[in-house]
This record gives sequence, C-alpha cells and structure tokens, in this order.
Amino acid sequence: MKSFFNYIAEIFSGIWTLLTGMKITAKYFFTPWRNVTQQYPENRDTLVMYDRFRGEVIMPHNENNEHKCTGCGLCENACPNGSIEIISKSIMTEEGKKKRIIDQHIYHLGMCTFCNLCVRACPSDAIKMGQKFEHAHWDRSTFTKVLNQPGSKIMEGIKE
Amino acid sequence: MAFEKYDFTPITQSIHQGLIENVSPLLTTIIEWTIIGVLYLLFIAVFGLFLVYAERKVCAAFQQRLGPMRVGPWGIIQTIADFIKLLMKELITPKSVDKFLYNLAPFIVIIVPFLTISVIPFAPGLQSLDFDIGIFFVTAVSSVGVIGVLLAGWASNNKYSLIGGMRSGAQIVSYELSVGMSLITMVILAGTMQVSEIVELQRGGWFLFKGHIPALIAFTIFVIAGTAETNRGPFDLAEAESELTAGFHTEYSGIKFAFFFLAEYINLFIVSAMATIVFLGGWMPFHFGDWAAFNNVMDFIPGLVWFFLKVFGIIFLIMWFKWTFPRLRIDQILTLEWKYLLPINLFNILLMATMVLLGWHW
Repeated sequence: MKSFFNYIAEIFSGIWTLLTGMKITAKYFFTPWRNVTQQYPENRDTLVMYDRFRGEVIMPHNENNEHKCTGCGLCENACPNGSIEIISKSIMTEEGKKKRIIDQHIYHLGMCTFCNLCVRACPSDAIKMGQKFEHAHWDRSTFTKVLNQPGSKIMEGIKE
Repeated sequence: MAFEKYDFTPITQSIHQGLIENVSPLLTTIIEWTIIGVLYLLFIAVFGLFLVYAERKVCAAFQQRLGPMRVGPWGIIQTIADFIKLLMKELITPKSVDKFLYNLAPFIVIIVPFLTISVIPFAPGLQSLDFDIGIFFVTAVSSVGVIGVLLAGWASNNKYSLIGGMRSGAQIVSYELSVGMSLITMVILAGTMQVSEIVELQRGGWFLFKGHIPALIAFTIFVIAGTAETNRGPFDLAEAESELTAGFHTEYSGIKFAFFFLAEYINLFIVSAMATIVFLGGWMPFHFGDWAAFNNVMDFIPGLVWFFLKVFGIIFLIMWFKWTFPRLRIDQILTLEWKYLLPINLFNILLMATMVLLGWHW
C-alpha cells in the first residue's frame, strides 16, 4: 500500500517539478525586453561593451602626453606568443646618471590572444585592455602598433 | 446561431453545382479532387514553413534571444530562403544503402500528414472527408509514419540512423497506445467517432469542461503522448543531435530531408488539431454558461479563427515543453509510458465510463 501512495506522490511531485521549469521559461518568454541578443551593426552607436571585455592592449596617456611605462620589459617577458616588443633607449638625467627609458612599446595585435597576462605583469599599471574590437583591416601592417605616443614621456613619480 | 453565417457549405456547394452543370460527373470529381489536393498541398507547404519560423522565434524567446532577424523584416523570409536552399541541394544517395527503401522512406513519412489532415474540420463545412470512424482513421493512419522512420533508419546503412530508427520505433509504438486510449476516453463521452459529430456535440460546451476530471486527465495524457508521437523534444531521442547526429535522417539531403522536416511540423499541427477537435471543441466558439452578451460577442469570431487560435495554443504548449525539458533516455521514455501513462489511462477510461453511465457530466 505504501508503494502505491509513493507512486501517486511521485506523479504529483513530477508534475510539480515540470511546472516549476515551465514557469521559469515562461518568465523568459514573456519578458522580451530582457533579451540578451545585440543587433550588432545597427546598434553600433549605442553599443556598450562590458568592463571585462578585452579588445586590445592600450597604454593610457594623460592630458600632458605622459604615460606610466618605465620600459622594464616585464610585459614582454610575460607575453606567451611574443606580441610585445620593448625598444628602450638610454638618456642622461639631470644628476648626470644614465637612465633607461622606453623608446617604443611595439604591440603586434595580430599575434595577441588577449590573455591579459601582460596587464597583470605590469608593475606600474601602464597598460590595460581597451574596449575597441573592430580591428578588421585590409593591410597587415596596421596590426603592428606603437603604444606610447610620439613625444610622450613618463609620468612623475613612477618608480623604476 | 450567429456564427452559422461563417459556414463554408454554400461556397463548396456552389462550386460543386457549377461544375456538375457544366461538365460530366467524372470530370467534376477529378476537378474537385485536384482543387482539394492543391489546397492541402499549399496549406501544408505554407503552414510548415510558418511553423518552422514560429518554432525558431518561440525557441529564441524562451532562451532570451531574438531568433532570425536578418532575412526580411523580423526574419520572416528566413524559412523560405532555407527552403529554397534545401531544394537546390544535391540529392546524395550514399554508397551501399538499400536504394529502394532509402528512396521510399521519406515518401511514407510525408504521406501520413497528407492522409490525416483530410479528416480535420477547419471550419463549418470545411472538411474533405467525414468518416463515421474519423478518430479511428487518424490513429490508424498516423502509425504508418513509424514504418517510414524505421525504413529510413534501416536503409541508410549507418549506425546512428539505425539506433535512431529503432528508438523511434519503440517510442512511437508505445505512445500510440496512450494516444489511442485518451481518444477512446473522449469517444466514450461523445458516443461517436465521427469528427464532425464530435465537434457538433461540443456546441453547448467543450469536452474538456463537459467531462471535467477524466477529460482533463485524458487531455494531459494526450498532449504528452502526442508530443512523443511527433518525435519532438523532450522525446526527441530518435534524432538526438548531440548523440546520434540526426538519427534516422542523418544520410538524407535536399528535398528528402525537407520531407522529414516538413512531416515533423505538420504532424505537430495534426496532433494539435486533434487535441483541439476532441477536447477544445474544434471550431466552436468559447461560451460561458448564461452570459448571453459574452456568448454573442464570441459568436462573431469566425470558426476558422477559433480553430486556429486553439491549434496555436496547443502548438505553443508543445513548443514550451520542447524548450523547457531536457531530453529523456530511452528507458525513461518507456518507463513513463508503460508504468505511468498506461495505468493512469486505463483507470481513466474506467472513470469516464462510470461517469457517463451515472450521467455525472454536463
């Protein structure tokens, strides 16, 4: 007799769980404004990417054309596929000391896998991941970028 | 009754009269058959394409997506474009298949909806075959489809196809029983198997309400078993994309694949239409007790609209199942049928018979 009641109870609990699932999908169905699909080329102007999105490596500059890169080369070492090349140069400081600073921070976008390791390796937070993702181009040479802007120099107070 | 003015009988009668006065009886019959055939063909093609579009949109909405949006406004030409692509594809017959059976299978599968659709009354006077045993005819003919599926699975000479075909065979043969029995339950209540008569009997109220508890149980079982009959999810393990590639129609391409695809969707329509006719009153408008004003307003909506409203309601329900529930294993499917649906169904028939005997229904 007990097994018979179990059988009946099983049927009703089964129906109940099925209805629970159907309630969830119904909620999705009747709230179409929560759809996640992006109509990409049409919504280009209003498209907002997520903070986590990794489009390309960029080096932010402030209004005085100054960046934080010391040219230490840790990002170059951290890159698994060699898409970063650091070309440094030596200058004489006011005290008459020789100092190594960044000349060109070369970034090969075509080789980059957007793994974020260079950003994490950077001790001075000089580089970060940008949001731009429309990189398609006819010419391969445009994929090689120099991240530090011409004539830029290092910010005051960035430790070596 | 107000909705009698939507009767299609005068139109069909005038066509018949016009033909019989001008041409010989034989030619009249041939012309009428041709007209009916072309109409059904058009309906099946257009409705099949529409259902595929509706399925993609409904599925997308259930998964918080938009679905096809590119081809035409809101993607409405998408399925037509897909169909044209299918028609232009090469018809491949793989090496060492059983050529005759391989080519025969899609035609057996597609012939089933063509036969079953003939007994469905779309509106008053819009029904081509009105058998005394209409319900019996539908259940009998709809089980022919499984032969096509088994043939396709066997003749393809492919392990996935064979497994898919065998699963489908086991599944359809089992669930045929539930479909038949839930229909028998309602036949007990109606006292007839004639489809037009069943619809006419629901003038005072749909059988779902007239037969209350046993009718509700029978309706639930019919919808579940009907979903399984059409090989749709969650019972789609015959074509289980993730494990069997596409099951019995893996090896088919072009128009032959389109036949399987179309048959699946038209079978969905047939199951929904049968549920509508037997449980929801066919093309009868919704009436509520003594509310004369409400009933009169309902009468002004044509029977054709009522029929399709109800059919789309059931189709939506079945699509809802498909995009909510995970696929069952073959043993779970057979357990559901033989351990749950069948005993409940047998008990339900007894309950309905007792109720009809004692007159405990409206």
